[in-house]
Order: sequence, then structure tokens, then C-alpha cells
Amino acid sequence: MSVLRRFTNLFRRSAIDRDIADELQSHIDLRIESNLASGMSPAEARREALLRFGNPAITKERVTASDATLSFAGMTRDIRYAARQIRSSPGFAITAILTLALGIGANVIVFGVLNAMILHPLSIHEPERLMELANERPGDDNQSYPDFLDYRSRNSTFSDMAAYRMGAVGLSSAGSAQITWEFEVSTNYFDMLGIQPQVGRFFHANDDHGPNSAPYIVLSDTLWHNRFDADPRIIGTTVDLNKHPYTILGVAPKDFHGTELFFWPEFWMPMINEEQVEGYNFLTRRGNHGIFVIGMLKPGVNERQAQDNLVVVAHQMTRENPTTDDKLVVRLVKPGLLGDTLGGPAKMFLAALMGLALLVLVAACVNLAGVFAARSADRSRELAIRLSIGSSRWRILRQLLTEAVLVSLMGGLLGTLLAIVMLRVLTHWQPISEYPIHVTVVADANTYILALLLSFAAGILPGLLPARQVWRTEVTDAMKSGSASARVLRRFTVRDILLGIQIALCALLVTASLVAVRGLGRSLHAPFGFVPQGVMIAQTDLHMAGYSDESALPVQRRMIDAASQIPGVTGVGVVNSLPLSGGGSNWSVYKEGTADFRPSNSIMSPRAYQVSPGYLVAAHTSIISGRDFNWDDGPGKPQVAIVNSTFAHKMCGDRPAVGLHFLGGDKTRYEIVGVVENGKYEMLTEDSSPAMFFPTAQSPDAFTNLIVRSNLPSAEIASTLNRTLTSIDYNLPFNLRSWNDRLSLVLFPARIATAALGVMGLLAAMLAVTGIFGMAAYTVSRRLRELGIRIALGALRGQLVRAALARPFLVLVSGSLAGLILGVLASRLLAALVYEASPRDPLVLLGAVTAMVLIGLVATWIPARRALSINPAQLLRQD
Amino acid sequence: MAKNDLQGTLDLLVLKTLDQNGVLHGYGIVLHIQSASNDLLRVEEGSLYPALHRMEQSGWISSEWSMTETNRRAKYYKLTPQGRRQLEAAQESFDQLVRGVRAVLRFA
Repeated sequence: MSVLRRFTNLFRRSAIDRDIADELQSHIDLRIESNLASGMSPAEARREALLRFGNPAITKERVTASDATLSFAGMTRDIRYAARQIRSSPGFAITAILTLALGIGANVIVFGVLNAMILHPLSIHEPERLMELANERPGDDNQSYPDFLDYRSRNSTFSDMAAYRMGAVGLSSAGSAQITWEFEVSTNYFDMLGIQPQVGRFFHANDDHGPNSAPYIVLSDTLWHNRFDADPRIIGTTVDLNKHPYTILGVAPKDFHGTELFFWPEFWMPMINEEQVEGYNFLTRRGNHGIFVIGMLKPGVNERQAQDNLVVVAHQMTRENPTTDDKLVVRLVKPGLLGDTLGGPAKMFLAALMGLALLVLVAACVNLAGVFAARSADRSRELAIRLSIGSSRWRILRQLLTEAVLVSLMGGLLGTLLAIVMLRVLTHWQPISEYPIHVTVVADANTYILALLLSFAAGILPGLLPARQVWRTEVTDAMKSGSASARVLRRFTVRDILLGIQIALCALLVTASLVAVRGLGRSLHAPFGFVPQGVMIAQTDLHMAGYSDESALPVQRRMIDAASQIPGVTGVGVVNSLPLSGGGSNWSVYKEGTADFRPSNSIMSPRAYQVSPGYLVAAHTSIISGRDFNWDDGPGKPQVAIVNSTFAHKMCGDRPAVGLHFLGGDKTRYEIVGVVENGKYEMLTEDSSPAMFFPTAQSPDAFTNLIVRSNLPSAEIASTLNRTLTSIDYNLPFNLRSWNDRLSLVLFPARIATAALGVMGLLAAMLAVTGIFGMAAYTVSRRLRELGIRIALGALRGQLVRAALARPFLVLVSGSLAGLILGVLASRLLAALVYEASPRDPLVLLGAVTAMVLIGLVATWIPARRALSINPAQLLRQD
Repeated sequence: MAKNDLQGTLDLLVLKTLDQNGVLHGYGIVLHIQSASNDLLRVEEGSLYPALHRMEQSGWISSEWSMTETNRRAKYYKLTPQGRRQLEAAQESFDQLVRGVRAVLRFA
């Protein structure tokens, strides 16, 4: 009721004013009347009544106040007043708003990404019921197709399960083939997810009649638009996938991009047809883990129950297939980030980034608190005057707070706008052009709520600081000019401490970003076990041109021969999958003579590469002992292998490995003919891990990376290579790229981390500059008179600058030191984020110190100039 | 401990006055308190009107413009049921205060 009345009061403001005036007047009139009745003269009656009443203006103000206390009317008045105050000091307002905009903007961006990656689900119906089956070891989240069928048929907690897998095929429709990214999915995929086509139809579970029985594809909206001009008549027509005809069934809805958050397929095809397209069959191989399995929980079943159920199923499977399903332990994770492969590290990184963003915001708040404190110190006289003419402290405080909140909301608004623009850019950004990777981050309600909350918090906390001052203001002291302020300036104030904290935070962030940049630089020059500089790679899958693994070998040999003929080429070789490029597989190896081929009995699971003779030389992988392959290592000859030194050391310690034998998982006996240096195979951050190489002639593979080392400019070798390869097979789609470009995927996380840390560092540096500048400028302006007197008394320039800027400088130095120490202490955290990150690196320390000195110089330059250019005569004359 | 202060006392006086007299304007309240206290208590207009408006905002009393016997417009106040409850509470609390203060004074 009373809230309603207050609210209506807002609109009845003038009516209420009149009502109060009328009431007070009627009181006076009534007293005059009774005075007259008691026999006074009219003049006397009036005089007595007015005297008794006291100051009618004050009474009226107080009555109005008790009506308006906590009312909206008071608030709008405060807001109008605050807006006037802000307008009257644009310098202060711009500093404060920009500071906050940076802090809040950074937070909104990071939160937006966090929201999109972790909090935001896939765009399907009831996403919370969708789970993915991962294995016990984090990062190993693939299942085999037979295992998938068993999980699906034997569990009792999922309403359905589907499988998917990403791949690239050559898709041709009336013309040449283009490499196109697809999802191979189980036929129930769309039905399980509850997705409806926008045009045509999807394939269903009843389209599955065994291997290669469902030659259908479903287009994504993007592919439909880009390749088929969104023509609905293409439904029912056929296209060629790696030379096999497939019928286009339909088009997926515009907002459905598959079940990976960042990897968007261009079309979907049934997984049962994979052999036809890919040339080898994994559908019946229980030991071949290459697919992702997702399942829809039955309503009312929770994650725990489902996982327990699947563990029981997995035990059963291990009992039935002791070799291939050895130690099968299943674990449920949220789908969308390649299982937990991406999810784990990305979450950690984003959490750390969010922490940094909050630090930036704290720095911004501290900065803001300093600005507000300086401002209210400047206004102490105004505040004192208002206190002395009867304004209550609470009222003044409310006004200051209103001002702070208004500034912070404006800063928050600006920051959010900036963040939305940045997020838009991020959404349209395709970080690695050859992969269909999309980072979709759309600011949603959560993001806006966060921005609003942050703005309020960021405004109220710094706004509270001047409150202390308002409470302490001694009216008489403050009214006296000059003298008091000079005394106060000698001591270290809350403002200095705040600035010190802020500089420490800034130094910490600057150190962190330098560490990250250094780490990235180092990881680019770390020993990879090959030298990517000067190498051009032609990548293709000969299945796309209709070859099988076996028939691909002569073509690969022709490619090698042709490329070797190009003048300027110094080395040529073929490898099935490039190290450090996301692909490849690990094979278990066993001791010679063993009969137990369960994975748990293996010596190790090295990375396996199938390479042609000349590959190791062309890649500059140095051979430590033994020999390279030659074309005589072919079928019918003894099976041979080259291993890296970690492999050699693991298998036979310090004995020479060349000439020894080991067994593969299929019981084949391999002879080691050479040992090569170690390298990086999966990640830059991995410890040295075993690897082995087999000759392509003995284990052929149609996946082809033709690596060509030359001293030609990359554009020239690329065009020559293009002509050469096209002349071998016109229909072969291939990708030409330098090896350094190819490494972009593996360096992507490090690059992102470095960019993010760099931006945070930059933000922090900007905040530090504004903070120190604000303080130095403030100190100089408060002491203009004093400095003028010093000049008049003959102070030297050096003395003057020291007098004016000693304190900001001292704060800068102590803050920077604290920040650097914190940065060194936080080294472990940084090392987890960035490869080879070490803040003990002298270059980083030097860089951080230089950065802080530069920041200090930039920030104090203008105030110092101002202090030096004081004209004492002019200054002493005014005021 | 009885929670009380001077403002609370004024509220109590006003509420009690309205309880005894039904409907009164501000001037009437001043006169009543003055005469009922044998001229011991004199309510300042500067305090009375803010108090009246505050109590109205709190819903303890309600107001209405009306004519005096001498045909003058005046704003009349009366207790609301909520105000009556508040009066009881304030009276109780004041009694406690008085008993407390008396006890302390007698102690010496």
C-alpha cells in the first residue's frame, strides 16, 4: 500500500506540495483565529501565530522529506542531480566510464565464451538428457562400432544411443570434387535428437540394411546455400562421394550444426556406408576406437544411475571379448567438445581466463575508487557547505552513491556494447580456414544479467569509499581553504594503497602475458622431430579418387617421382598422417615370443606412421642409427620398422635396438632397421613418447601427405606441385599448404591463450596508466601553489619533479615489485596454461620491468610537464 | 529493553490523542496535548507535521480534508486499525521505559 502511495506520489508531486502548504497555512490560520478569540489584536494574533510556528520553509521541507523519504521522487531527483554533476566534469566522467567499460567488457567477453562453451548446450530438444560415452582416461573418448552396438542394445537407462564421427570426403556434383567435411552418423541420429528437416527427409533406423546399404546424405543449411543455391529441386538427385553415387535426402534446419559445438559438418551420411567412401571397414573391428557415442537418458534417470548401468554392460563386454575390450571402463560426459578431449583443458583455461578478467575488473574498480576519492576530496568544500546548511550526511552519501551507480551503469553499458561487437566478430571468425570450426558465442540473458550485476558492484564499492570521507568531514576544517589539504597530502592515504594494489595487479597481468608470449615463441621453435620450414605439403585421400589402399601405392610412387623431378626440390616423401596434426593412431606392440595379446600385456602403444622411403630425410628427422626404408622393403620381404629413441630405450634399454624384433597386435613380427630422434606427435606439451614408422609398401594407406622440401618460394612450389599432381590424376582433390600452416591447429590453443593473456595484459596496462596518470595529475593540481612557491624560491627542475611525483613513483615501484613477485609465484598456474611458460625467464622479468617503467613514464609525463611549466607569478596572483 | 526515543514519544502522544478524540486536525492535536498535559508538554509544529506525514506513510493514521466549526478548511487525521495496534505496542514499550527509568532513579 505505502509503496503504491509513494509511487503515485511521484506523479502527484506538485499536488502534494500544495497540499502540505495548505495544511500548514490552515494551522497558522487556526491559531490566529483562536488568538483573536482570546482577545488579541489582529496584528498581534498574526505575529504570535507566525512566531510560534517557526520557519515555515524548513517545516515544509521536513514534511515533504518525510513524504518523500525513500520515495521514487527522491531518487529521480538524485539521478538528475548526479547527471548534472557528471556532465559538469567530463574528464572525470570519461575516465571513470572508460575504465569501467574496459573492465566490464573484458568480463562479458570471457563470460560469453564460457557461457557458449560450457553453460550453453547444443541446439536440440532437452539437451540436458544428452550424454556422451567417454573412456576412463581423459582425452580418450572414442568407442568402436561393435562396442557401440553392444552399449546400445544392452543398457537399460538410455532411451536410445547414436554414433557419429567426423571426416572429409571429396564431394562432386556435376564438376570437380571438393573436400567437404561430413559427419558419419548412425541412421537413428536425427530421430534420437528429435531434429526435423527443413526440406525433404532424413534417413531413419529402418534405412539400415547392413554395410553400404544406405547411399543417402543430408545437407547442412550452409552447404545447401553455398553449393546448391538453396534449390529445393536438388532433393532426390545424386552427388558423388569419393566417386560413389549418393542421393540427397533432405536439408537439416538452419540452426542445427551437428553434435559438436565448434565443428560444424557440411553434410551427414550413414555410418554403415563408411567402407564404400573411406575404403576400409571399421564397422566390424571391435578394437578400432574411432567413433563418438552419444545417448539420450530415459526420463527420470540421472547421470549416476546411467553410468553404473553402463559400467555393468562394459564388464560383460570385457568378459566376452577379453582381448579387444580389455579394461573397458566407461564414463559419462557432456557432449559437444569432442567428449572431454577439448572440454577438460578448455574449461580449465576459460576458468583461469575468467579469473584474470575478474582481476582486471578489480583493478578497474580500484582505479575507479581512486578517482572517486580524489573527486570527493576536491569537493570536500562543497560537501562541507552543504553539511553546514543542514543537509544530512546520509542524503549527501545517497547522492554520491547515485552518481557512482550512474557512472558505473554507463560504463557497463558501453562495456557490454563493446563486448557484443567483439563476440559478433568472434562468431564470424573461422580460426583455421581448412576446418569447419565455428566459435559461436551469442550474448544471452545470462550475459546481460552478469554485466548488470558487475556494473552495480563495480559502482557501489568504489562509491562507498568517499563515504568515509563524508562521515569524517569536519565542517569548520573543510571550510578553511588550502591549509588542511597540504597536510593531508604528506601521509599515505587509502588512495595510494588502492593505486599500489592496482599496479601490483597490472604488473601481475603484464608478467603473465609476457610469459605466455615467450612460451608461444619457444613452442614454435621447440624440437618437433622434424623441420617444418621450407616444406610444402599436398594432402589427399586417394579413396576420394576411387583407389583402395593397395592400388594407391603406385599412384603415391608416381607422385613422389614427379615431385622429385621439380628443379629446386631437395627431398620428397609420403606419410599417411602428419605428426602434430590431430590425426594418427597408436598401435600396441608386444615382446617377441608372447602369446598374450591383451592390450594390458603390451610393452607400449607407440604412435604409428606409414612412410615412404625418403620421408624421414625430407622431414629432416635425423636417423641416429641403422638405415632408412627403401623401395625394396615391400610385400614378401621381411616386415621392417624404424622406431624413435624413446621406443628403443623402452624396449631394450641401452642395448642397440637395430636388428631386434617386436610383435604387432596382429602377431606380425617386425625387425627394427633404424632408430630416429624423438619428436612431438600429438601435442606440443607432451613428454617424449614412443613412435614407430612402417614402410608404405608393406602397410599401404590411401591417406597421403606428400611432403616436398625445396628452396623455392612457397607460392612457386605450390603452383608447380599443383600442375604436376593434376597431371597424374585430374580427379584428385588435394590441399596444398606449407607445413607451418598445417601446424596451426596444434598451435591454436597456445595462440588463443597468448592472445587472451596479451589482451588482458594490455587492458591492465591501460588501467595502470590511467590510474597513475590520475593520481599524478591530481597531486600536481592540488599542489600547484606549493610548487609555484618552490619555483619562486629557486627550486631546481629536478627537485621540483621529485617533489611533485615522488609519491606516485614510489607507489609505482612498490606495486610493480609486488606484482612481479606474485607473477613469479603464480608460475605453476601459468605453466599449466602455456607451454614452456616460465616467469623465471630473465627476458620476461626484464620485459615486465621495462613495461612498468614505460607505463610509469607515459602516465607521469604530462603531470610532470605541467609541474615544470608552472608560472609562479601568475599562480600566486590568483585565488 | 524498551525501544524508545523522543520521536517515538511524540508518535505515542499523537496516536493516543487521536485514539481519545477520534478525528482531529494538527492544530487540534497541539491544543489537546497541551491541555491534557496541563501545559507541561508543548508540541512544536516543526516536529508535529513531519511526524503526522510519516505516520500516514506508515499507514498508522489516515487523513481527510474537511471543514472546521468556523467553516475553515483543515486536514483531519484519524487512527487506522494498524495505528491502533501500533499505539498498544508503543504504550507498552513506553510503560517499560518509564518503569525502567524509575527503577534506576530510585536505586540511588
